[in-house]
Amino acid sequence: MDHLFFFLFGFIAVVCAINVVLQKHPISSALSLIGVMGSIAVLYLQLGAPFIAMAQIIVYAGAVMVLFIFVIMLLNAGSEEQRGRSWTAQLLGIPALMVFLGLIAYFIQRWFGDAGVVKFDNFQGGTAQNVGYALFTDYLLPFEVTSVLILVAILGAIVLARKELD
Amino acid sequence: MEFIVITLIKTAIIAFVLLTTLAYLQWVERKVIAHVQVRMGPSRVGPHGLLQPLADVIKLITKEGVLPPHVNKFFYLLAPFFAVFMALLSISVIPFGTSITLFGHTTAMQMTDLNVGILVILANSSMGVYGIALGGWASNNKYSLLGGLRSSAQMISYELPLSLAVASPLLIAGTLSLREIVNMQAGYHFGFIPRWAIFAYPFPQIFAFIIFMISAFAETNRIPFDLPEAENELVAGFHVEYSSMKFAAFFMAEYANMVTVCSVATLLFLGGWLPPWPVAYGSNFVASAILFVAGAVCIYHGLNPARPFDRYTLPVFGVMFFGLGAVMLVPFMVPVLMPLFWFLAKTGFLLFVFIWIRATLPRFRYDQLMGFAWKFLFPVALLNLLVTGLLVALAS
Repeated sequence: MDHLFFFLFGFIAVVCAINVVLQKHPISSALSLIGVMGSIAVLYLQLGAPFIAMAQIIVYAGAVMVLFIFVIMLLNAGSEEQRGRSWTAQLLGIPALMVFLGLIAYFIQRWFGDAGVVKFDNFQGGTAQNVGYALFTDYLLPFEVTSVLILVAILGAIVLARKELD
Repeated sequence: MEFIVITLIKTAIIAFVLLTTLAYLQWVERKVIAHVQVRMGPSRVGPHGLLQPLADVIKLITKEGVLPPHVNKFFYLLAPFFAVFMALLSISVIPFGTSITLFGHTTAMQMTDLNVGILVILANSSMGVYGIALGGWASNNKYSLLGGLRSSAQMISYELPLSLAVASPLLIAGTLSLREIVNMQAGYHFGFIPRWAIFAYPFPQIFAFIIFMISAFAETNRIPFDLPEAENELVAGFHVEYSSMKFAAFFMAEYANMVTVCSVATLLFLGGWLPPWPVAYGSNFVASAILFVAGAVCIYHGLNPARPFDRYTLPVFGVMFFGLGAVMLVPFMVPVLMPLFWFLAKTGFLLFVFIWIRATLPRFRYDQLMGFAWKFLFPVALLNLLVTGLLVALAS
């Protein structure tokens, strides 16, 4: 049962990810991305991290993608125009893709070669309490630094928007 | 196998009850608004218009579904489906009562008790935006696009105070499971004030409750925050181009969201299925008392009818109320029916408040709506969360 769902949602995630690139209309691409986020949330759920799964849906599939779609709708972006592919892309595209996939496979083998098969229901430390403890003990510094980074980004956005108004 | 069968039965019952509730909520809303405005409301189809929802459903199903030529077909058809799917999904984690034992099988009165139940509801409500935003965009109509944009902006803005308001009772309860949140609210201060979250010990969550309800009005696009469908500016907002069942799907989504939000408010702040005063002081007899009084009023008005057909309809309702009241007194039914009654009573009261406010308040202006969310509601919610966190930390 677990494997069935893993392959189902893994498959959906991959298909949606490819669809993001293939679709010509920005809204279709954005919706495919929501599909990717949703399927990844299901995978988190299967790995025993319900809190992360729900945070994934609320933050990524919900808030972030709503902003994407909001911007696309506001700008009223149309379908992209297809131009002829350049000869470098035609010539080198597939070989470069092969090399890229090969490199990824090599590094996964190199770094995670001794990793075993994932056992579902094996991991129990994914509750809200566990995530909270980890954030405010082991990862307190990265957490605070990220908060400051986001604050800087917000201030930057405000400064840029104010300049527009003048 | 047993689990699957029980779950399927529960799903069927909950789906049937929920969909019927949604249809009749429409009737209740029309009746309440009519009486607030000193009108009769629906009264032609069946006694007191009680079959009006059925007639509406038949009308909407059999109507021609117009597909305008200028729409983006795929997203146009996807949007109402998505909206209603996300709205109905939330009900699966809401507990209605304690547990029920039938033929030796004990099962909780809830479809599934997740340890992140409240987050599932927040996730569903944040995904529900897409239905409306996409519907507005795919219709290729300036009014519906404006409605969709307004709706997504409004729902993103009000989700912040809503989530912050939800977080503070969670701090007191210390769990994310809706069933445990209710169980944490059991008991009474001084023997008679319930330990509900709005009267919680370190810091009463009454402010969180008010913030939650205000944001809930905006999240469900109800008056006074129904800017996405403001008739005098946007014709009908995001669903201008929708007809027949596709239009009904948006309506169903709105009502389902209302039911979900009211249930969540009941569970988080009003103690779910727990009675407002102890059983020792007779809270188990309230349901029967109300039903007997309702039955007596019905029979009195049936005997002194204001309208000719009241002579036949009202006594029937009176007898039904008496029967229900008698069922509520049967000893072995009490542990099942009393939690259900209190849950439905509280949720029903909140739903009535939704309708009451729709009949009473005018609509906000768009800039007022945004300013209210960001400049007032959000800081207040944040302050409430800070004070709650501080007091919970000091009290523990």
